Amino acid sequence: MESLIHTEHLKFEYQNEEETYVALDDIDLDVNEGEFVAVLGHNGSGKSTLAKHFNAILVPTSGRCIVDGLDTCEDDELFNIRQRVGMVFQNPDNQIVATIVEEDVAFALENLGVDPQQIRQRVDDALKKVDMYKFREHAPHQLSGGQKQRVAIAGVIAMRPKCIVLDEPTAMLDPKGRREVLNTIMELNKEYKTTVIIITHYMDEAALADRIVVVDHTKKVMEGTPKEVFSQVEKLKDLGLDVPQVTELCYKLRQNGVNVPCDIITEEECVKELQRLLEE
Amino acid sequence: MIIKTENLTYTYSSGTPFEKVAVDDVNIEIQEGDFVGVIGHTGSGKSTLIQHFNGLLKPTSGKVYVNGKDIWANKGDVLKVRFEVGLVFQYPEHQLFEETVYKDIAFGPGNMGLTKREIDDRVNEAMAFTGLSEEFKEKSPFDLSGGQKRRVAIAGVIAMRPKVLILDEPTAGLDPKGRDKILNQIKEYHKKTGSTVLLVSHSMEDIARFAKKVLVMNKSKVFDFDTTENIFKRYDKLKAMGLNVPQVTNVFHTLIKNGVDVPDNVYTTDYAKERILELLSKKGGVLND
Repeated sequence: MESLIHTEHLKFEYQNEEETYVALDDIDLDVNEGEFVAVLGHNGSGKSTLAKHFNAILVPTSGRCIVDGLDTCEDDELFNIRQRVGMVFQNPDNQIVATIVEEDVAFALENLGVDPQQIRQRVDDALKKVDMYKFREHAPHQLSGGQKQRVAIAGVIAMRPKCIVLDEPTAMLDPKGRREVLNTIMELNKEYKTTVIIITHYMDEAALADRIVVVDHTKKVMEGTPKEVFSQVEKLKDLGLDVPQVTELCYKLRQNGVNVPCDIITEEECVKELQRLLEE
Repeated sequence: MIIKTENLTYTYSSGTPFEKVAVDDVNIEIQEGDFVGVIGHTGSGKSTLIQHFNGLLKPTSGKVYVNGKDIWANKGDVLKVRFEVGLVFQYPEHQLFEETVYKDIAFGPGNMGLTKREIDDRVNEAMAFTGLSEEFKEKSPFDLSGGQKRRVAIAGVIAMRPKVLILDEPTAGLDPKGRDKILNQIKEYHKKTGSTVLLVSHSMEDIARFAKKVLVMNKSKVFDFDTTENIFKRYDKLKAMGLNVPQVTNVFHTLIKNGVDVPDNVYTTDYAKERILELLSKKGGVLND
């Protein structure tokens, strides 16, 4: 399969007057079209720096980052790259520019010079996809955090990108807002086949992905399906990360000699396993 | 009893079209030395409620007692309550303002009219509790990482040696390691000083691991206030309210619904493990070795 995002020996150095330090080193990564990838890593691991390479907010110091066949180091392609990959950040309040929801969603399209009738159609379409259409004439400050974040997502998908990159989109939301935003992201991926890359600290969010990439101290240290990654409980804990509670329970049971598989990551699987054990 | 409320009611924007009762007739008693988790939806009134405990908000009606004293009996006394009940807001790192970490932490005790020496002791103590080493003292708080800044902000409140420490979502936005570090430091502080701690959190896993009692707010009222074990036993009620419960609690209650005989009071993985092992050993023969 053709990969939508491809990095090769990607290295990135931050520089100030006195020193340079490496934020990312030798990252080889492929994200396929239609995939849902979660990136995990503790604060300062380099995961947000990596995300910023996917739409050329940052470009590699050395190595390459190719987005849909376009090299992010080519200045001329910047515009094309940004249309293909949209970013959503942590704080919804920092991303909303207009005073009315639908105007905010239309902002990027207006800048792109899209035909007004098309804008209308794309904005309505985007707001329906994130289930915020009925709020289209509201002022953003009247919305909850989860609703604001969905408006921010609408603003990105109105540009009809192939891929959307979300950097801890639920970190500042309450559980209800988190659920709303996650459902929206899942739907974009499953129904509309948008490629999704999510950076998160929530292991239950990562468990929903097709694939997990773990970044630690500038390097890619793990990669695989949620089952493959979460079954390595000790390694994850060493990296300062967590596993879902049900995975931890099964891990602890296994340590005590109970015969349960190491790749349990959902509540349903855990219920099934425990029921088998107890009724056997 | 360290904190007590009597018919506490608070109305925002009273007398305007935006009038909203945020806290409605709340009667609670918090014992000295308790570790209380405070949960509830956004807008349930939990933040409004805790802001009454150190006199930041004045009740529209009803009373708040700290250490047996009505904090609004004498207007001048309310400032003293701020030293007894320390409140750490959400994203407290946004409130750092001094040139150095030392000065920032010393700001609270400095307002208490203490000697320089005493202030120094308290800053050192607070830094130790929050895991900030000596080298941070002369650094600018603005050069630190998010997790470090937050620890400085918490240290600034701890340095006042409050009898009650209230933290509103102290781990929001932190990674798992940073989250565990701060929560363990709070637990340690609670254990060593015997002070009362109130922890407001959306994370049921964190509440389950650290709180001994849980206060559930719903629609401006106290929905429930009981031991953590009893609160999570009332699983169906929490779920009906749309609140999350820990994953293992979900698992155990689903097992019960499926007709498997397991306890209904499970909310941590360690406890879950113990119960499962117990049940298995009763059955015998399932363990591998």
